[in-house]
Amino acid sequence: MVAATALAEAATQPAAGAALDIEQVSHAFDIDGTELPVLSEVSISVEPGEFVALLGPSGCGKSTLLRLVAGLDKPKAGRLREDEARITRPHPSRVVVFQDPTLFPWRSVWDNVALGLEAQGILRSQRHRVDDALDLVGLASFRNAYPHQLSGGMAQRVALARALVNDPKILILDEPLGKLDSLTRITMQAELVSLWQRKGFTTLLVTHDAEEALVLANRVIVFSDRPARVKADIRVDRPYPRHRGDPYLADLRRQILGLLGLDATW
Amino acid sequence: MSTYSLSDGLASGAPRSAPAFAGWVRDSGIGVLASVAWIAFGLSCLWWEDVGDWSRTHSLGIAAFVIAAVALFGTVGADYLGPAGKALRQRAPWLVALGAFLTVWEVATAKFAWLPLPFFPPPQSIIEVYTDDLPKLLDSVFASVKLQLGGYLIGATVGFLTGVSIGWSRAVGYWVHPVLRFIGPLPATAWLPIAFFTFPSSWSASTFLIALATGFPVTVLTWSGVASVSNAYYDVARTLGAKPSFLVLKVAIPAALPHVFVGLFMGLGSSFAVLVVAEMIGVKAGLGWYLQWAQGWAAYANMYAALIVMSLLCSGAITLLFAIRDRLLVWQKGTVKW
Repeated sequence: MVAATALAEAATQPAAGAALDIEQVSHAFDIDGTELPVLSEVSISVEPGEFVALLGPSGCGKSTLLRLVAGLDKPKAGRLREDEARITRPHPSRVVVFQDPTLFPWRSVWDNVALGLEAQGILRSQRHRVDDALDLVGLASFRNAYPHQLSGGMAQRVALARALVNDPKILILDEPLGKLDSLTRITMQAELVSLWQRKGFTTLLVTHDAEEALVLANRVIVFSDRPARVKADIRVDRPYPRHRGDPYLADLRRQILGLLGLDATW
Repeated sequence: MSTYSLSDGLASGAPRSAPAFAGWVRDSGIGVLASVAWIAFGLSCLWWEDVGDWSRTHSLGIAAFVIAAVALFGTVGADYLGPAGKALRQRAPWLVALGAFLTVWEVATAKFAWLPLPFFPPPQSIIEVYTDDLPKLLDSVFASVKLQLGGYLIGATVGFLTGVSIGWSRAVGYWVHPVLRFIGPLPATAWLPIAFFTFPSSWSASTFLIALATGFPVTVLTWSGVASVSNAYYDVARTLGAKPSFLVLKVAIPAALPHVFVGLFMGLGSSFAVLVVAEMIGVKAGLGWYLQWAQGWAAYANMYAALIVMSLLCSGAITLLFAIRDRLLVWQKGTVKW
């Protein structure tokens, strides 16, 4: 699946992750004049190259936090910093993969992946990076296909390639596997881990699936119900590839579900 | 073909020739029927005397026989003619209907005058217009196409740019939207009297009116197309480092393009109406003027002839628009075929 060029490039590159500091961030939405608090004094400090999973009840504000990290929205209070630099606007060093692939239907797979380089005006000299990114996700043979011709898993892979082509320092994943069938999901979890290990970017993954968080991340942050605050910060010191049946992970999972108030169902 | 008749024959135990004959009737029978219909038309031209004085009756009859021959050999020998033969076979039912219609038309007008005569000219008098009045007709076609094309291109361009601006910028929307609501729904033809004395020439007035008729639907649909682009697309582009100009040119416009083409289609329809009215009233050229002129001389055959040309032109324009759309929107599935 993986072309030799992509491997070689990955091997020569130094670990490319950035540190992320979320300091006392609070945020609220205005809904018909009333303020709806969604984040309450959230502080998280992420080391370069860490894989952090954000876990919490649905609608608790995890995705809002990701939008703040991406720079798509500004927080009402607090600060976000990438490698000491204040985050004020979107930047291709922090790329988001959303729950829906949101590929541009009028662009072919190749053109979709090329989007970031084109937007930054460097596509002409960097065309090979698009090919490399497509190789990386194993879709080189679909370069001329249009999004409506792809399956859900393939579309999400293209979305991943579209993010990775920018060589992000922080990869922001907003439940990217949430809508995939369980088999595709397991395959793509493994692919995510190997991409992260090869490229060394810092990863922020929002998920509502405790098992997914434990299989992928080396740190799981559990949020409370809205307004979200950090309830627990759990280190997952297990080597990759991890096994779903690992008793250590099963134990952690029980703890996490307990934190989310779901221990009775276990 | 052969497998069908073979299995049929095996199943029923009937002699092979019967299903083969059925197959032949299915494939070529309609072609024979078409040929018969056109022979009938040819005969109807030549058999009886014309009630009026038309010079092309004889030639029309001969032409009908030629078409009958082409239909016969074309459909029976379709297997040897490749795609052309196949296309002819597919259209054979239409050839039957057309031949029958022309026969009835010929008999009802030129031969027995069941339909009152100057108002319902026979086919040969329309042919006569195409042969004898060709230069004037061609001049009219040229004038119409020139006027329509100029007005339509101006209207479509202005409408597109206005639509994108309203859809993109709140400030532009604030000022343009009320004007659009006030002027847009007014039929462009209502401006005719004013336009013809405010503009320096009737040609520029008509161009303006055609542009107006085109511009309104194009503006509204471009605007709604741009306004309905999902925010998720902008979010994706922004996180990838897109500047505002990229968001407009590479996100908003391509996403809105399907709507734009609906607007262009609607604009084309309403601009045809304005074109004809403008030519009938003010411009001294074009097919609309030709129609008006023919009516003044009670030359009804010329009117029908011009109508047929006009219909072909309008249909051709829409075909062209759809071809352009299909080229630009290959990524869409399930578009209407014109």
